[in-house]
Amino acid sequence: MSFAAIYVPDFLVAAVVRLEPSLRGKAVAVLEGKPPAVTVVAMNERAAEAGIEPGMTKLQAAAYPVELRQRSPAQEAAAHAALLDCAQVFSPRVEETAADTVVLDIAGLERLFGPPAKLAQGLARRASELGLEINVAVAANPDAATLAARGFAGVTIIPPGRQAERLGALPVDVLQVAPEILETLDRWGVHNLRALAALPEVAMVERLGQEGLRLEKLARGAVERPLVPAEPPLEFEETMELEYPVALLEPLAFVLGRLLEQLCARLEARALATNELRLALDLDAAYSADEVSRFEFHVSRGEDQLETRNVKRETLFERTLRLPLPMLDARLFLKLLQLELRAHPPGAPVVKVTLAAEPVEPRPGQGGLFLPATPAPDRLELTLARLAGIVGEQRIGAAEVLDTHRPDGFQMKRFALSAPHPSSANAGLKACSTLPTMALRRFRPPLAATVGVCEGEPVRIAAGEIRGEVASLSGPWRNSGEWWKEKTPPIGSDAHGSNWTREEWDIALSNSKSIAFYRIYRELASGAWFVEGTYD
Amino acid sequence: MSALRVFPSPVSNRRALAEIAGVVPASRLGVRPQPRTIPTGIAQVDALTGGVPRGGLTEIFGPASSGRTSLLLSVLAQVTAREEVCALVDASDAFDPHSAAATGVDLKRLLWIRCGRKVSSSSFLVSRKNRASAEKRETRNEKLASVEQALRAADLLLQAGGFGLMAMDLGDIPPAIARRVPLTSWFRFRRAVENTATALVVVEQEASAKSCASLVLRTKHSAFSTQQSAKAGAVPTHARLLHGMQLEVEVLNSRILERKPVRSATTSFELRASWVG
Repeated sequence: MSFAAIYVPDFLVAAVVRLEPSLRGKAVAVLEGKPPAVTVVAMNERAAEAGIEPGMTKLQAAAYPVELRQRSPAQEAAAHAALLDCAQVFSPRVEETAADTVVLDIAGLERLFGPPAKLAQGLARRASELGLEINVAVAANPDAATLAARGFAGVTIIPPGRQAERLGALPVDVLQVAPEILETLDRWGVHNLRALAALPEVAMVERLGQEGLRLEKLARGAVERPLVPAEPPLEFEETMELEYPVALLEPLAFVLGRLLEQLCARLEARALATNELRLALDLDAAYSADEVSRFEFHVSRGEDQLETRNVKRETLFERTLRLPLPMLDARLFLKLLQLELRAHPPGAPVVKVTLAAEPVEPRPGQGGLFLPATPAPDRLELTLARLAGIVGEQRIGAAEVLDTHRPDGFQMKRFALSAPHPSSANAGLKACSTLPTMALRRFRPPLAATVGVCEGEPVRIAAGEIRGEVASLSGPWRNSGEWWKEKTPPIGSDAHGSNWTREEWDIALSNSKSIAFYRIYRELASGAWFVEGTYD
Repeated sequence: MSALRVFPSPVSNRRALAEIAGVVPASRLGVRPQPRTIPTGIAQVDALTGGVPRGGLTEIFGPASSGRTSLLLSVLAQVTAREEVCALVDASDAFDPHSAAATGVDLKRLLWIRCGRKVSSSSFLVSRKNRASAEKRETRNEKLASVEQALRAADLLLQAGGFGLMAMDLGDIPPAIARRVPLTSWFRFRRAVENTATALVVVEQEASAKSCASLVLRTKHSAFSTQQSAKAGAVPTHARLLHGMQLEVEVLNSRILERKPVRSATTSFELRASWVG
């Protein structure tokens, strides 16, 4: 049996630096508390060298050349989830020992990842991709591996049976026990694990009870216990609290870019992709009430593809970006979110950004060599988003004819690529067997017309550029429907969800050059005439 | 010394390989290979033109009721029947899904972009430059704006690629406005589809792509037919159903035919109304 332990030094600082790569290599201290009692709770090695100590007030810490950041439990949770993702890449048996420590069972993984040293290097590399600098140690039992990871920087491999020898040099602080016990050990002159392991067991139990015996065994690296594997839920969420409210799209895009990179790296580590991105923006509550009410108006126009919800008052802005198929491309997601925010601005400065991804299995398989070419799904998605920015979201998609007698009864549906069936490899040779028919070109909305009537039949018409004597006609045909709906549409509108009653005519207008056919109708409720379209 | 060694260039390599394999460059061929085409679904037009060329720009123009739209829908039906994806940039929002479905167009495979309506944008979180350009756009002529939208949409779609057919419907755009589309735009479109499997079809009232078009078709209405009553005498107007239209298609320019016709070639065909069984 062998185990690998991963430890993140200065976890609170690492959680902050993970989403701000520019802080790498700098002295960073993390603050906690409500003003004015804001104190330093953690700092990295450089900050400690610069003179920062835990418990310093913000004012005291600001006097030193260090970067100060507020503690964020959400970022710490995300960093811990990333740590688990990193471990899960290599082994399904992972124990959540602490927020900054995970232990994984690597027994039997040699054939997959090579010797323990190579596996440990792989763990360090993967963690670095996820934005975490870690210590990795491999030992025969979980506790020895944990102590080695906490005590030694970089990668440490402890061969079986040599735990006591290798752990001996570590200070007793790595045991992470109660301060009173550490004080007692200090009084005894025990400063490292070698000295602790040399103490007689019976004497230790007499003085410190069972805890003493446990510590003595830990110091020898002789604690044998089963691993308690964790089964963390598959949740992919990244959060960043901004130091000051962001009011422009460009700086917000930088933040989104960082979060998306981390999300995609975590999804990739689990061999997953996403088909749904949920963006939640916490808005500045101090923004003026007038502006907020305007923002409410904007978010209330939700659509089926991109839902808008206004949950807690107006300080939370949520958008859901649904993708037609699983994807994993941070740059594509960023562009889609930018286009989305440009089309639906939150309306107030942003103070906190939360981005969550719905994990799904990646798209299996690939297109066939003999299947008809289709647009690349990711490029098509981006193109659709850009087109929506030009003509509007409701005005692009695939038309679906409705099962109704309503004139122009159709609805727009989201355009999605329907993959050709593999059996239809010779689809390119197929031909449509339907005979071509006369098509109608519609005027939307219908053109209001002035019609001269003789004996109940239209004889001349004038509607903008369409004017002339009626050369031939057929009709009328009465058409009505949905009379049970009380709502009466505005004159000439083709508004759905209202009743209609009309008389239709097909007419031919001739001029010196050619003849043209139109469909006209008279609304019986108002008596007004309209040109619905032209046969072409 | 090895650094001074002269390596053959990729071009000379290619030539040598071509000579070994007996490959003749396309530029030296006596008869050039025919471009791939899409049948229009109308036998008479296919016999005349050979179909709509892929990798080229086809213009279908004519006045109202000349059958331009029916011809376009027929081509769309043929392409969607091959399980290819099509896009229709509709500058005047004139497309009728019912007519398309009756012609046999698979609407699920047709991306319809309805231009011609202003897009409202909030001033917040939009850079100042974009806001200024948006205000400027609003003041322009509506038709011109819809053509501009159509051109931008066509650009994006051609960049995305992968469509079997991309159609631009400028059929209701007055020729005076359509003529304002710069020739460079047509040239860009032609270059974008060149060497791809996409056929670009433009429907308009007058031809405006000039030499950028691979195939130019003019449609014309010649006659129409109504339902004949069995009984002699006066027929009530509601019984005089429009049965169909007799149309003419003239090839004005074609780069896909082996030999250019000395004079424009014409054919005629009949379109029946969807309600005629």
